Amino acid sequence: MSYSIIKLYYGDYGEAKNGAADISTNNTPKEEWPLWEIFIRSKQGLDHKHAGSLHAADAAMAIENARDVYTRRMEGVSIWAVESKYIHASVPEEAGSLYDPANDKAYRHPTFYDLPDEVKYM
Amino acid sequence: MTTLNKINYLLHLADNALIIGHRCSEWCGHGPVLEQDIAISNIALDYIGQARNFYQYAAEIINSENDPSLGFVLPATEDSLAYLRDTPDFKNNLIVELPNGDWAVTTLRLFLFSTYQFYLYNQLVNDADTQLSAIAEKSLKEVTYHLRWSGDWVIRLGDGTEESKLKIEKAIEYLWPYTGEMFINNDDSISSDWNKKLSSIFHDATLTIPAKSWMQEGGLKGIHTEHLGYILAEMQYLQRAYPNSEW
Repeated sequence: MSYSIIKLYYGDYGEAKNGAADISTNNTPKEEWPLWEIFIRSKQGLDHKHAGSLHAADAAMAIENARDVYTRRMEGVSIWAVESKYIHASVPEEAGSLYDPANDKAYRHPTFYDLPDEVKYM
Repeated sequence: MTTLNKINYLLHLADNALIIGHRCSEWCGHGPVLEQDIAISNIALDYIGQARNFYQYAAEIINSENDPSLGFVLPATEDSLAYLRDTPDFKNNLIVELPNGDWAVTTLRLFLFSTYQFYLYNQLVNDADTQLSAIAEKSLKEVTYHLRWSGDWVIRLGDGTEESKLKIEKAIEYLWPYTGEMFINNDDSISSDWNKKLSSIFHDATLTIPAKSWMQEGGLKGIHTEHLGYILAEMQYLQRAYPNSEW
């Protein structure tokens, strides 16, 4: 048995047919918009950093959505959007062979130098 | 411009921003998808910000006149102007108070109105009144984005699926008679620029601009649709029930 509940909110009067804020329990499958990964540059000269992901119908909408979702508190000056399916990721099962060998090679870290106090940000 | 005309004009700009901002805010938590919910809530906040600037400036002038015969609560504040005036005192265009309807009505209304605002603010930026021009300049950046965002939606819906096209065509039919009022008391250049922008977006959206027809008006004189009263009842309830209450 399926129920359909239309919940009316303020502003919906007379608009039920138009579907304003129509919160019905019909579980009709919807086509989802593709997922996009968003990269934000917070200041000129800095790298774009991964900020999160969101759904959008195309690249233009992804940029606009990113602007609204991730930069409304002045977090950014530039946005990159990449459709998530184009991101290639390393496989977690291979983590051992990929990263562990770096563990015992302390000599790769430049920790054996004495840095002058004047040098910051090292 | 007499002082009262100036106050009324500022209130007209403020009321427009407040009421369309309120309509946009009604989508908060009800947007079709999370990202668009945030987008339209952002737009609502932009508009409330614009309304505050215009109300504050109007209140400044009202207080410096300090004349009870003008009919404002003294001393005037942005809050007294937003929360303590009644329906006939509001001078917003009718188009901003219409119900949101569906997403097509909401985005089309925003497109029609923010296009108008875009050209109006572009003109006000050069106004002799430096405070008004400063507010217009600040607001123009926001409106430019509203126009881009809503225009994209008009194109998406018009040039989308059969259903989305049907919905936006219904929205055009519904909103069209309310578009004429925006150009009363404005330069012809605003209406011709507006028509040009509309033609270009409708062309991309494969939509047809309706023929010239009779237009609704009255908002500027305080004659409103039945919808404004409901908005004010909800918006003003708290201040009227608990005067001067604060967060």
